[in-house]
Amino acid sequence: MHETNAPLIRLAKRDAMPRGQMWAIRGAAFLAALLIGAVIFLLIGNNPFTAYGTILSGALGKPTAIRQTARIAVPLLGTALAIAPCFKMKFWNIGAEGQITAGAVGATWLALHWADSLPAPVLLPAMALAGALFGGVWALIPAFFKTRWDTNETLFTLMMNYIAIGIVNYLQGGPWEGRPGSQIIPQFGDSAVLPKVLGVHCGWIIVLLLTVLMYFYMKYTKQGYEIAVVGESQNTARYAGMNVSRIVMRTMFLSGALSGIVGFVVCSGADNTLHAGVAAGVGFTAITVAWLAQLHPFAMVGISVLLAVLEKGASTLQTRMAVPASISDIITGVILFCMLGCEFFINYQVILRGRHKEVTGA
Amino acid sequence: MSLNESFLVLLISAAVLNGTPLLFGTVGEVLSERAGNLNLGVEGMMYMGGAVGLGAAYYYEQAAGAGASGLAAVTLAVLFAFLAGAFGALIYAFLTISLRANQNVTGLALAIFGTGAGQFIGEFMRVKAGGYVAIGNDLKAVFSGSPFPEALRQLPLVGPILFGHNIFVYLGVVIAAVMAWFLTRSRAGLHLRAVGESPATADAAGINITRCKYLATIIGGGISAIGGMVYIMTIAGCVWNHEGLSGEGWLAVALVIFCLWRPLNAVWGSVLFGGLMILYMRLQIPFIPSELYKILPYVVTVIVLVAVSMRKKRENQPPASLGNAYFREDR
Repeated sequence: MHETNAPLIRLAKRDAMPRGQMWAIRGAAFLAALLIGAVIFLLIGNNPFTAYGTILSGALGKPTAIRQTARIAVPLLGTALAIAPCFKMKFWNIGAEGQITAGAVGATWLALHWADSLPAPVLLPAMALAGALFGGVWALIPAFFKTRWDTNETLFTLMMNYIAIGIVNYLQGGPWEGRPGSQIIPQFGDSAVLPKVLGVHCGWIIVLLLTVLMYFYMKYTKQGYEIAVVGESQNTARYAGMNVSRIVMRTMFLSGALSGIVGFVVCSGADNTLHAGVAAGVGFTAITVAWLAQLHPFAMVGISVLLAVLEKGASTLQTRMAVPASISDIITGVILFCMLGCEFFINYQVILRGRHKEVTGA
Repeated sequence: MSLNESFLVLLISAAVLNGTPLLFGTVGEVLSERAGNLNLGVEGMMYMGGAVGLGAAYYYEQAAGAGASGLAAVTLAVLFAFLAGAFGALIYAFLTISLRANQNVTGLALAIFGTGAGQFIGEFMRVKAGGYVAIGNDLKAVFSGSPFPEALRQLPLVGPILFGHNIFVYLGVVIAAVMAWFLTRSRAGLHLRAVGESPATADAAGINITRCKYLATIIGGGISAIGGMVYIMTIAGCVWNHEGLSGEGWLAVALVIFCLWRPLNAVWGSVLFGGLMILYMRLQIPFIPSELYKILPYVVTVIVLVAVSMRKKRENQPPASLGNAYFREDR
């Protein structure tokens, strides 16, 4: 290449960046997102400081508010954990929404039929197991076709979401309907409802436990290592004698099972019933949580709490300042955009023409 | 009962009406995916297009008063919906093409952002307008009525099936036809498909990958967003209705697979999907609960997806580089 042909901007992959600098970039991106949010508040005629203040106090100001925020964060965290192994494997499972719903169907099935005859200590674990099984099998279907015929998993898992939700719609108006014509599944009996700890259903303990387990699973187990290798290169994995199909199916089952448990937690702990909106977009938002956390379980805790604060705070914003609560989705989106974009500056360096003469000359 | 009011004719008309938003959403997404960009933000872009398109028509009518021209209102609504979607797609394009972010995650982020933005704008306009964004009946008729003269529409059978639809149906078919011609018959379309199949090869052949991907994503996003506007202005009756709009974008993503990434297939595919969406209201089949009809489009899509992957016909596969970012330096 002649020097005159050197492009104005070149990109080169960076070697590992110092940790401090990395977090400085991420912090700057987050601040930029908040700034853009502030501009939006200004545009609609609100003081950004009051607005952010209201969000914070609305989400964390009172014990009841904190409890509600926690209730939003629990399914987000649980589902992000479920998605992490798939994404690590570069298997793009965007079907958590459906896997949550399928899990909730499994748990509800037991709750409706056994709540009167079984005590909670027997019924709840059984419901969790049923949720895991239903969610896992729901995830296994696309995984099977992926490994057998290389069917596109992104599109397949996406479709499975709406099929699961449609089935719940049918159950709501059909076989599981409570009062005829109500389109509502009856409330669970007492023994099918998760007990509360510190005012929030104990799902938060379950997901925190899962966080620790997932950390060890991904980092210190043979299966976690296999997932990482398949994600880096399927050929390497094959060469090393790994059964890639088996690993993919196993991991998808695990992922679906965790989502299914989240479904159980939501319908038993939070809603006390099953309805078609049981997943309520969590399956999609959780993907962004997992990705922003770089698939690191402990980082997911922070990010899911952050998004939960935004969502809860925005509903307070709506009641106090008449700003539509959908502002939380906008700000969440902007934060996601900024955080997704900033990874580029961590992984690559931008070289302008004129610098690094010695490189182009060589 | 006359022929034009017979069950089948009414069903077809309703299917076309409900399929048209999907047609726009799908044709736009086909363009994007053919260039290798799986933009899962269709739902978000359709929300933005719906709210902004409604706003354009509403504020135009407010400004023009009684002399508001229908043609201008339709043009403005289409234009602003397109711009809203193009803006959303621009964010996506910048992140995935220039900054090489993961396409799935960025698309989902756009879906979250777009549904939020659409709902916010819709809600904000409603509050500003004092509770209700209403468009005059004359303009409403321009959006939802047929552009053809009464005499043509009264023809038996042909009238309602060919001439009885709203203006966007014809616009959608024209866009799909132009898109089909562009993708299969033009040089630029060939380049675009090459980028979607194998960006490295296309790059070596001297095609400007970045420009091609940007243009495909942005124009595709704009076309998809028009679909949201069409939904709001025809089916929802010119009122912001986020519940009705929800799911349209995901259905459009499904339809892209169903039509095997071909715009002309999307024309009949959208009528079929539109028909499946409303069939439960019109036709009760014993032993099949009506709620289960609604999942038919997704089930059919899954079957097509699986069948295509099993048969392995080269020309029916998804674009080979779909979902992957292209790094020239990274080979």
